[in-house]
Amino acid sequence: MSPVADAPAGTALAELLLSMADDEFVIGFSDSEWTGIAPILEEDVAMSSLAQDELGHATALYGLHARLTGADPDATAFDRDPDAYRHARLLDHGRGDWAMTIARRYLYETADAVRLEALTASSWSPLADLVGKLRREERYHRMHIDAWFERLARTAGEPRERLVIALRALALDAATVFSPLPGEAALVADGVLEVPMGELEARWRATVEPALAGWRLPALPTAPAAPDGRTGHGEAFRWLWGEFTTVRRSDPEAVW
Amino acid sequence: MVSELGTHVAVARARSGSLDAAAIRGRLAAVMDPELPMVSILDLGMIGAIEMGPTVRVEVLPTYVGCPALALIEDRIAERLAGLDRPVEIVATFDPPWTSERITPAGLAALRGAGIAPPVDPAEMRCPLCDATDVVADSLFGPTQCRALWYCRGCRQPFEAIKPI
Repeated sequence: MSPVADAPAGTALAELLLSMADDEFVIGFSDSEWTGIAPILEEDVAMSSLAQDELGHATALYGLHARLTGADPDATAFDRDPDAYRHARLLDHGRGDWAMTIARRYLYETADAVRLEALTASSWSPLADLVGKLRREERYHRMHIDAWFERLARTAGEPRERLVIALRALALDAATVFSPLPGEAALVADGVLEVPMGELEARWRATVEPALAGWRLPALPTAPAAPDGRTGHGEAFRWLWGEFTTVRRSDPEAVW
Repeated sequence: MVSELGTHVAVARARSGSLDAAAIRGRLAAVMDPELPMVSILDLGMIGAIEMGPTVRVEVLPTYVGCPALALIEDRIAERLAGLDRPVEIVATFDPPWTSERITPAGLAALRGAGIAPPVDPAEMRCPLCDATDVVADSLFGPTQCRALWYCRGCRQPFEAIKPI
């Protein structure tokens, strides 16, 4: 069987897979920066484990992308220019402090959960199979990050102040996981994705906005996700890109 | 269809004797998990369907999507099944997904014997060392992706538990 024989809406599907893979890859690498320096030992282990999960998810998603496009997954992950990455700009703010890390992950995990749910019945079974497995793992990420987010939100003084500063810094990019994808109408028509990104954003807002209000934290901007929310990555990502491509660039032909 | 993550093909060597799926499973009972070396991959529930055709097709169900031991496990399976009368194809798949419910009673006993609590609802957690119920979750994340950290107030020992997934 040809690897793409059953793949609908090829180009749009490749864009979807790339956006998801890049999201997981970038947040995984960002959080791996805590390895060795997290606030407490348990968090060092937890953040490293989360990062390992996300890089594993990225590997699987780059693998599906490769089946569709024939591209080498390692080349897709490491050999593109920074501008060619398609992760959400929410993930472009640098590691920051612990509150920034928790705020970013809270916004990302809640959004990713909504996105994964809309793919569980995907008409492209390789993606549906993978998503079923991803959701089992992401449940633990959610539990962990929800607990930390609530802890910071409820602890008056520096923890809460830092969380508020982080949320304000992320506000304009908070919804960019749902920035429209090229060709997403075809994905919906073919049953790959349940509903358009705009509707997923509405579902996400319906859970996150009341939660933020309940903790009396800054509200999200009402404007929907920017149409260019997966391009125009700034300096923080260029720095991260320089880090995660260092080894690859030092010897692109190396076999691991 | 299945998600084909990777394929290993072991070269065939002629060998007499009957060969069926049960015999293949029997051989795989000796392949231990690299991260939990007291349990076989069979008892962990990592072996899915085995199809006996012109090739022997063995499905491996990764415990976690990013399991770093998967390639090593596939190599060990290929090694263990080398010398059959036909080629062996090893295919990793998420259909069906591995869940912690696939671990066999023998696998659970081996884990407990090594001081690792089986995957249970956190409300029903017991210390694998002293069987106390006065235990507290320390962290959802442990030394490997599949394990969480707990602490027993009875025997005052930390212990690990397989996460229900």
